[in-house]
Amino acid sequence: MIEIGLGVTLISIINFTIRHAIPITLGSMSGILSERSGIVNIGIEGLMLMSAFTGFMMNVALSKPGIDPNLQAAAVRFSISIAVALLTGGALGLLLAILSIQFKVNQIIGGTVINILALGLTGYFYDPEANVPIKPNRLPALIKNNPLPDPFDIELGSKTLHITLIHDLGELLLDKNLITVLTPILVFILGWALFHTTWGLRTRSVGENPRAADTLGINVYRTQYTNLFLSGMMAGLGGGFLTLAAVPVFEENMTAGRGFIALAVMIFGNWRPSRAFVGALFFGLANALQGNLQQLGIPQQLVSMLPYLLTIIVMAGFVGRVRPPAAEGQVYETE
Amino acid sequence: MASTARSQPPSAISPRRISIFPAQIWSALQGLLIPFLAVFTAILAGSVLILLNGRDPITAFEGLFQGALLEPRGLVDTFIKMTPLILSGLAIAFAFKSGLFNIGAQGQLIMGSVVAAWVGFAFDGLPPLIHIVLALLAALVVGGLWASIAGVLKAYADAHEVIITIMLNYIAAKFAEWLITAGSGGSRPGPLASPEAAQNAISRTPEILKSAELPILYTVPPRTSNTELNIGIFIAIIASVVVMFVLYRTTFGFQVRMVGHSPNAARYAGVNVKRVTVMTMFVSGCLAGLAGGVQTLGFFHNYQGNQNLGLGFDGITVAFLAGNNPIGINFSALLFAIMDVGKDRMALLANIPSKLVLVIQALILMFVAADQIIRRMYRLPKETTKAPRLKIGPRKEGAGR
Repeated sequence: MIEIGLGVTLISIINFTIRHAIPITLGSMSGILSERSGIVNIGIEGLMLMSAFTGFMMNVALSKPGIDPNLQAAAVRFSISIAVALLTGGALGLLLAILSIQFKVNQIIGGTVINILALGLTGYFYDPEANVPIKPNRLPALIKNNPLPDPFDIELGSKTLHITLIHDLGELLLDKNLITVLTPILVFILGWALFHTTWGLRTRSVGENPRAADTLGINVYRTQYTNLFLSGMMAGLGGGFLTLAAVPVFEENMTAGRGFIALAVMIFGNWRPSRAFVGALFFGLANALQGNLQQLGIPQQLVSMLPYLLTIIVMAGFVGRVRPPAAEGQVYETE
Repeated sequence: MASTARSQPPSAISPRRISIFPAQIWSALQGLLIPFLAVFTAILAGSVLILLNGRDPITAFEGLFQGALLEPRGLVDTFIKMTPLILSGLAIAFAFKSGLFNIGAQGQLIMGSVVAAWVGFAFDGLPPLIHIVLALLAALVVGGLWASIAGVLKAYADAHEVIITIMLNYIAAKFAEWLITAGSGGSRPGPLASPEAAQNAISRTPEILKSAELPILYTVPPRTSNTELNIGIFIAIIASVVVMFVLYRTTFGFQVRMVGHSPNAARYAGVNVKRVTVMTMFVSGCLAGLAGGVQTLGFFHNYQGNQNLGLGFDGITVAFLAGNNPIGINFSALLFAIMDVGKDRMALLANIPSKLVLVIQALILMFVAADQIIRRMYRLPKETTKAPRLKIGPRKEGAGR
């Protein structure tokens, strides 16, 4: 009997890669949105952590007994929770914008404030014991039961072909939750919008040369505020993925550096959404293969070093030069 | 203080007071006023959070200071915690003086800790003084070289030092983790792993030899690692004086500050900006590496990963609260050490999570950086002389910006 299919190992590797890549992708989209408009965002980690927390707490609150059953329906509950995560991210994104634009705070400091603040606030308000009785379920897959045909056999002369491929593809592509499905779409939309719309042109011109943009009548500050709000929401979705879709729990500092990997991926992708997505998938794959590589004698720590190492290599210009937006990090002051 | 400042209409402040105080004293006082009000406001905001939890803020802050200052045990612990904070604060302040943001003190600290541990356990038979100096020197140099990577890339490849140092932080953490890993699932233990600890699946280096331990000045019984005051605190304070001297009394320090004010002007004056950039990062990294070395030799006596968690980032707030003044850093480090040591007592007495101090620290950083918020809140006059603002984008070679 010859089996034609993907096999359990491959499916699990691909799924792991995707699960790992989604929050990093969303984080890097967050970075692209803000940096393309000239504001350095090293607060992605904090944005994600904070919205992972609020989204989760909302989900917990709505899962408690005694809440209106209409609100407890999965569709409503998750919509509200994701909205809360998005708004939390957006609000913190605006905070970074206000600090950088209104108060002219060094943007690295602004991002550091957000990172520490998120760590402190989530630690302060999260009470692990209070949530033990309620363990909300995860964001369900959009298409729950694989509608594709079950594995079947084909008789081919003396041989039997066991075809699982079609069923496997169903497993791989259809059994996905809303945020996972949305992420590549968002990457595509952002990539298209950045280079083919008025908004994108304005954003890029503000990030490259705010003075020229201002002279042409573009409202520099409004563009930056809008982009930082969107950037926060993008990171908010990534944070929401962690606690609503990946695992239904919150832990202190659960983003565990994903915001900084997102930053690395953003640079690796030369501030372009599609390339950053490919980068995120690549790092997701490296992470998924950690166990296998360890068996070959490559220590897991050295594999997880890879994203950071590659970022330095591309930044140093050894391989493929990357170029940040020219006006990044400088506060634009109107004359 | 807040009420008196509030009662003054903004226009009435400057002319009359300047006639009473000499201008220098007034500006020095003003320099202290903003950090003081920033801390005060952050504590007020923290109190609001405590009230939100339905607890008593007075009890909480009483507990904080009681735990950190009013008992010999707490006081010794405060001095111990203060040591690496001073050094990492100095590291960040020094780089900042030349307009560089060394956000990678964390990674340099880790490298310094590991190397100090290695020298500490691997070199047998050295006299104590020489062993200590050798281990600290190794930590210093390795920390400095680690930071120089970012300096070189900044100077010669125009790569953003913030991004590079963030990446170096993670690389250092993973590298150190690999060095000391006990090994699992068929992988071998790391080259610096302690064989005995590895048998129990604990990842750490062997204990350093007695000859490498920093001398103990004072012990509060019962003896634990948190009650033994080592000489590290003096190393840190002396370092702050040395940094002050280097910055304000040497040619190199003058060049560092000159590049910080205006790289172009420095270049026209004949300063080799690229070289100063690399050297600044090296010195900054030396200070962070020294922080790691002192931690290992004075407090932990081995390296086991995660023991320096967050120190490099705390250093940013410590440096900024002191306005990047090397001597002032001693005091802001003291404040942070108090928060770190007193937080458990605070949590216990007021029944609130100790993470509150992180929120307060974040707010302090925010208020110090955004001094306009504080000025507006307390109706202080706007800053008259504009301090040079740090530009973190790539320096434009020859551009007239």
